[in-house]
Amino acid sequence: MQLTLWTYEGPPHVGAMRVATAMRDVHYVLHAPQGDTYADLLFTMIERLPKRPPVTYTTFQARDLGSDTAELFKTAARDAYDRFKPQALMVGASCTAELIQDDPGGLARALNLPIPVVALDLPSYQKKENWGAAETFYQMVRAFAGPAVPPPGSARRPNARPCCNILGPSALGFRHRDDVTEITALLGRLGIDVCVVAPLGASPADLARLGEADFNVLLYPEVGGQAAAWLARSFGQTSTRIVPIGVGATREFIAECAALAQVDPTAALAAAPSNLPWYSRSVDSNYLTGKRVFVFGDATHAIAAARVAAEEFGFTIVGLGTYSREFAREVRDAAKRHGVEAVISDDYLAIEAAVTAAQPELVLGTQMERHIAKRLGVACAVISAPVHVQDFPARYSPQMGFEGANVLFDSWVHPLMMGLEEHLLGMFREDAEFHAEAAPSHLGHAAVRPEPAPIVSGPIRWAADAEKEIGKIPFFVRGKAKRNTERFAQERGLATITVETLYDAKAHFGR
Amino acid sequence: MTEAALAGCAETPVLRQRGQREVFCGLTGIIWLHRKIQDAFFLVVGSRTCAHLIQSAAGVMIFAEPRFATAIIDERDLAGMADANDELDRVVDELLARRPEIRLLFLVGSCPSEVIKLDLSRAAERLSGTHAPDVRVLNYSGSGIETTFTQGEDACLAALVPILPRTAPGAPPSLLIAGALAEVVEDQMRRLLDGMGIGPVYFLPPRHALDLPPVGPNTRLLLAQPFLADTARALEARGATRIAAPFPLGIDGTTAWLRAAADAWDVPAARFGSVTGPASARAAHALDRYRPQLAGKSVFLFPDSQLEIPIARFLAREMGMRLIEVGTPFLHRQHMAPELALLPSDTALSEGQDVDLQLDRCRAAMPDIVVCGLGLANPLEAEGITTKWSIELLFTPIQGYDQAADLAELFARPLVRRTRLRV
Repeated sequence: MQLTLWTYEGPPHVGAMRVATAMRDVHYVLHAPQGDTYADLLFTMIERLPKRPPVTYTTFQARDLGSDTAELFKTAARDAYDRFKPQALMVGASCTAELIQDDPGGLARALNLPIPVVALDLPSYQKKENWGAAETFYQMVRAFAGPAVPPPGSARRPNARPCCNILGPSALGFRHRDDVTEITALLGRLGIDVCVVAPLGASPADLARLGEADFNVLLYPEVGGQAAAWLARSFGQTSTRIVPIGVGATREFIAECAALAQVDPTAALAAAPSNLPWYSRSVDSNYLTGKRVFVFGDATHAIAAARVAAEEFGFTIVGLGTYSREFAREVRDAAKRHGVEAVISDDYLAIEAAVTAAQPELVLGTQMERHIAKRLGVACAVISAPVHVQDFPARYSPQMGFEGANVLFDSWVHPLMMGLEEHLLGMFREDAEFHAEAAPSHLGHAAVRPEPAPIVSGPIRWAADAEKEIGKIPFFVRGKAKRNTERFAQERGLATITVETLYDAKAHFGR
Repeated sequence: MTEAALAGCAETPVLRQRGQREVFCGLTGIIWLHRKIQDAFFLVVGSRTCAHLIQSAAGVMIFAEPRFATAIIDERDLAGMADANDELDRVVDELLARRPEIRLLFLVGSCPSEVIKLDLSRAAERLSGTHAPDVRVLNYSGSGIETTFTQGEDACLAALVPILPRTAPGAPPSLLIAGALAEVVEDQMRRLLDGMGIGPVYFLPPRHALDLPPVGPNTRLLLAQPFLADTARALEARGATRIAAPFPLGIDGTTAWLRAAADAWDVPAARFGSVTGPASARAAHALDRYRPQLAGKSVFLFPDSQLEIPIARFLAREMGMRLIEVGTPFLHRQHMAPELALLPSDTALSEGQDVDLQLDRCRAAMPDIVVCGLGLANPLEAEGITTKWSIELLFTPIQGYDQAADLAELFARPLVRRTRLRV
């Protein structure tokens, strides 16, 4: 047993939902108890999807336990097929259903539905969300691209125009939507077509066409790695190894794709439309030099961010870690290059201790590190899932490619004080606004939260119980409530504000 | 009022369907219960899914050192039962060492812990022995297979009942109000009851684990929440007498609820009127603001918290809304009888859910506003249907006179927003 408050990753069936929700024309029937439908709101609220995830839950209850649950599953699967008419059905169990040992795959096959059924075996007590997504995507790719695998030893037939697949983007992925747009455009400038993007936006029929591409662009190894390895074995497709986050990595990625597609990268490299190199060289960025930064996230984003931080911002890496145990070795190697010890843990208290010990000036991390940093009064930017709703922005904001580099520059520098501000801070050391304890400007007035002014104004007196009552109102609306109440009392010539006056005023003004 | 309307919904057949239920499990109750009992800690014994659910439901609260956590069962625990108990003891020791201010620890059962038959009641007994007298350890189930959403509070309060002290023999009647209410609401109710000379008044759950309300044959029980079937039964088994009443939502509900208590204490009508009159008049004035925005509008309520029937009664009777379907996860005939009597007799009632069929009914009815969970709200909005997400009704103070307008406003806001937007 592990004592847990925060978890960086959900259970593996949530990973499967991320693949199902990303795709078109599939439906996932999940054997799960009542309550597991909570996962729907990750997609409808955090990612703000305008549709329900294509998932049907059996939602069994205690009274169903016994022989009944298998029948319940079959009914749910049949109803889901009849209602949604998908091209393929995914079936599996959540953690509780794993314990009751119905066999979703066998039960679904027994229904003899006229569509393929992909059974997912996701061990909930060993594995987590990203593993579940990778395994699910792999099983889907095998199921639909598998029949097209050529006999061993077949040579690849080159396409007239080079083309590739983009592997890994999924639902609930951090900036996946815009990364795909950015990288597709980049490949277009190289003269490379995109055959299939998967799982995001792909149907089972699209998966069947994966083998037609010349090579694979593996954007998110956490989700697409396993499928990419199988495609390499089965179709002889090479996968890109460089994740194009940051200007340097993007340039290397261009060179890598160009080599795989046998095209000339010169024009694309010469254009390199990024503001980051100049912004980083401009004198205002001098103050960034050697800023101590702690990096934590999924392995791909953490490794990439550490490189960008060191090479393109001139920061000093004082910590690097990940919660993705599957990629611990890669992160350890990267940490060694930056001269730090890797933190491989999914226990946020261990991360908090590591951040505290490293004394960084900037934390690059997940939603959780944002809160650790806030508590420590340190600047922070988000570079990786898990993220909250504000990191599924309306505006275009990729992390990858040249526009992604621009986004990184703005979003990492913003929480730090600007150079000029830091200069002023040195000049006016004793000034109230700039003294040593003053928080960076983005933290607002976190250090000194203004309490509402003491309650005595003019001739109106607050009775003790009314003063106590208004104390129960949340601080961010207390000021307005107080003003309204006093105005109300004044207009009526009341000398004393009682609890009754408070509620009379509330009824008068509304919320 | 016509005779048919007076008949209410007591005889109305209830639609019961079985299928996918788009609802939370009882673990979610922890999110508001831990705020209420200030020195209690809730330890869920469950899977990563349970931890993920609580995290998703708690939102940013998870970062504020909340008093709940999950002991995640892993492979090793599934291998043998003895091991799981040792592991649980270790986790509890670790937890209590970190949080020495905790006086009451709830071991909360989940679907996985129940399916593997981990005996949490014995574990609670054992751990109570180990950690006495500093910490008391209780257990209840918040699993999805046993409980729906607010039923988690019912299970928690029912677990508290056996340790409540007994009232002194021959003690004067006392009023016990069961169901977690916002503190501001609790204080308002206490002032009104004090004003009528009703008392002593106790609340369950208490604000501190050590301030347990006494219970005995002279206890009059008044339910503040509609989802407390097991708690009421346990309290009645200890001698308490339940006072039947509608729930304190809206002006009518609050007045009827207070009057039930007043009648039990033989409070004269004049005194009742003078105490409740000003607050009731003030609430009526405040509700006038929202009536034009709500009157005549049709509403469809998906099942979620068991608050649906009292809320529908308020929306229909006090705001003039038309009820299309009122769904509830569980309908307790006896506790809900005073509410059903007040519902318009043509209201369609449903208990439980087959969500796809219910969505079909909802779309066909084209209601002006739909009350539903967060998994359905945005998808329905995208179809052009205005929604009010229901979980807010649990986290916002809505009971009592001075919150009646706040309750109305929760429904008026999405409708007003819909008319304002021009994009």
